[in-house]
Amino acid sequence: MSDAISVSGLVKTFGPTRALDGLDLTVRTGEVHGFLGPNGAGKSTTIRVLLGLLRADAGAATLLGGDPWRDTAGLHRRLAYVPGDVSLWPNLTGGEVIDLLGRLRGGLDERRRKDLLDRFELDPRKKGRTYSKGNRQKVALVAALASDVELLILDEPTSGLDPLMEAVFQEAVNEERGNRTVLLSSHILAEVEALCDRVSIIRNGRTVETGTLADLRHLTRTSVSAELAVAPNGLASLAGVHDLVVDGPRVRFEVDTDHLDDALRALVSSGIRSLTSRPPTLEELFLRHYEVPEAAVRS
Amino acid sequence: MTALVGTGALVRLALRRDRLLLPVWVLGLVGITLSTASGMYELYGTEELRQQLGATAGVNPAFLAMLGPIYDHTTIGGILAWRWGVFGALLTGLMAMFLVTRHTRAEEETGRLELIGSTVTGRHAPLAAAVAVSALASLLIGVLTGLGLTGLGERAGGAFALGLAFTAVGWAFTGVGAVAAQLTESARTANAVSGAVLGAAYLLRAVGDAAGDQGPTWLTWLSPIGWLEQVRAFADDRWWVLLLPVALSALLVGAASALVTRRDHGGGLLPTRLGPARAPGSLGSAFGLAWRLQRGMLLGWTLALFALGGVYGAVARGVEQMLEANPALEKVMAQMGGSGGIVDVYLASIVGIVGLFSSIYVVQATLRLRTEETDFRAEPVLATPVRRVSWVASHLAFATLGTAVVLAAAGLGAGLVHGARVGDVGGQVGRLVGAALAHLPAVWVVAGIALALFGLVPKLVMASWAVLVVFLVLGQLGPVLGLDQWAMDLSPFTHIPKLPGADLTATPLVWLTVTAVALMAVGFAGFRRRDIG
Repeated sequence: MSDAISVSGLVKTFGPTRALDGLDLTVRTGEVHGFLGPNGAGKSTTIRVLLGLLRADAGAATLLGGDPWRDTAGLHRRLAYVPGDVSLWPNLTGGEVIDLLGRLRGGLDERRRKDLLDRFELDPRKKGRTYSKGNRQKVALVAALASDVELLILDEPTSGLDPLMEAVFQEAVNEERGNRTVLLSSHILAEVEALCDRVSIIRNGRTVETGTLADLRHLTRTSVSAELAVAPNGLASLAGVHDLVVDGPRVRFEVDTDHLDDALRALVSSGIRSLTSRPPTLEELFLRHYEVPEAAVRS
Repeated sequence: MTALVGTGALVRLALRRDRLLLPVWVLGLVGITLSTASGMYELYGTEELRQQLGATAGVNPAFLAMLGPIYDHTTIGGILAWRWGVFGALLTGLMAMFLVTRHTRAEEETGRLELIGSTVTGRHAPLAAAVAVSALASLLIGVLTGLGLTGLGERAGGAFALGLAFTAVGWAFTGVGAVAAQLTESARTANAVSGAVLGAAYLLRAVGDAAGDQGPTWLTWLSPIGWLEQVRAFADDRWWVLLLPVALSALLVGAASALVTRRDHGGGLLPTRLGPARAPGSLGSAFGLAWRLQRGMLLGWTLALFALGGVYGAVARGVEQMLEANPALEKVMAQMGGSGGIVDVYLASIVGIVGLFSSIYVVQATLRLRTEETDFRAEPVLATPVRRVSWVASHLAFATLGTAVVLAAAGLGAGLVHGARVGDVGGQVGRLVGAALAHLPAVWVVAGIALALFGLVPKLVMASWAVLVVFLVLGQLGPVLGLDQWAMDLSPFTHIPKLPGADLTATPLVWLTVTAVALMAVGFAGFRRRDIG
């Protein structure tokens, strides 16, 4: 199967600001792809280039086999988009906006429309200006999820949703798995961990990491804490062991996942009484990438 | 007075935001007033010319309806108060209501006021600050007008009576804007309500002024713009009349602040009703959406210009009777309306004014595109299969064809009323609708300018309004200012044959249409190539 989205070396500048600085992104057909990055990293800019709203300065972007700038109308027939901050027409009701966007995309699935309105507990009779932020978001989500399209582009779609509605959203996206490709930009890590097959992490307009969650964890450290029979020896000199704290027979450290084997061997030789090891959460993955000074990331 | 805490800071914020807008309004208005006055020294330089004007303009119902009575034709100041007073009052009122809405309801609608409301600001502070800024701007207009006219050599008493009459009208419409901002949830509707009040104020005094001794002259006293006339600057300087707009202003601002305490933040006074859960069949395309967004404004303009046409049409027959005795006035009218039968000259001049009004509509309708874009409502639509060209075309259709509807309504109103009075409804309706529609190519050029700006330099779309003001000044005041023909030719409205009466020449209409289409093509091409947002 071909890739639904393939972007390489994308550059976009706004005056002196370089919003995208050689960004790469590949989304395979049928997967749910997480698109992670701090505020201002370039997530929305990338999405808006993919939607043909912005024209890239350099680089190549292919969307569903077409050029997002030139084949706009044809491509838009096959996708639905939810912006991060939904702005509605003050005089149109939520139901009218859902129908309008659905018809512009070429039709809505009536059954899904009704089902999603129920599950999101959205009153479609209210006027646009009276909805709260979360409810405006729901209007766009229902319109997108009820559309009969092969690609969903969701730009921080759950900002403003409460945890219950967040769960409804995750459930709804999980039901789409396999049927449609989803590009989900987010900085809610639990959401990405729960939904995404693969993730790309970007920072300062560049991709810093991409792969499955398992791949990414592989590149990182595991936290280990253990209680030993005797004080450990030789641990500190092992390659790949960091932040070692020895408190009598208790030890805590982090170890590069590649060197986990050696570290455990050293622990075993000291006699293990208890052991907990924890794979890195996405949180740690995320923090590690964002906290590294810029120079280190670029090198 | 805790309710007013933070007013000072909000006033400073407003002055900072409007550091360009306010000087443009204030200096622009004062500048037009003073340059009109200086032009008049040449036009009405001799005692004889002024006497001639007084004998004709002062009694002519057409001039009475358009400009009001002339109370002092012996001084340039008095002539200025007649020729420019009502228009200056309209513009000052417009400025006041826009300023108040901009700093109250518009801020509330975007949610920015909520951010400010959570800081140490009293409940009444935002309204008080907006009123203060608008009142201050109006006061500046009045004082600078007074100083400027005195500087030109006019009597100080009259100069300040006229200037402060502008101020008082500004204050009255500050009050109107303040109340309108409380009633509705959207700034657009608030401006429409205030605009309707302003239009009614103009029409009430038009009917009252032209009514004649037996008619309802008291109608003039119901209008803040009528009060400006009744100050009779340079003639009697009736300062006490200024108490009326000041009292009205105090009353309205008081009412507005009482309303503030009675409603929720972000809400209006009228309860919000639920709407339909499903979209009607018409709302399924870019054009359907544009119709939904534009229809209210189109309807409002159509009704307003129909009424304006009717009022102007009502006095056309009186022109005939009055002008027959006064050939001197015919010269003045010919400047505004071209040559031809006397009534036709008058009708052509009102059709010219209607053409200018309809170009306000065309700019509003075209710039709706930019509002949709900056409010992030264009993005979701353009992310559907709707092409950029279709999206622009859907709104432009309302700008261009809607103008035809608005112009035809004005011609219809004038034709029906004038036709009924002269016993030729069928004939007059046809002539006047046709004469009004002849302005379409010029209005389309205005739409073309707005669209070209939107496509090429979207940040500067507001310059469309400046262009429109230039056309207004060229068309209405060009002869008074003694401008050269080449300068007058810059305005597309100069090239429109002065129908009815003049010969219909197709060439300028064709060229204007070609220019308009070319400008629109530039706008489309620019928009297809540029970034959205």
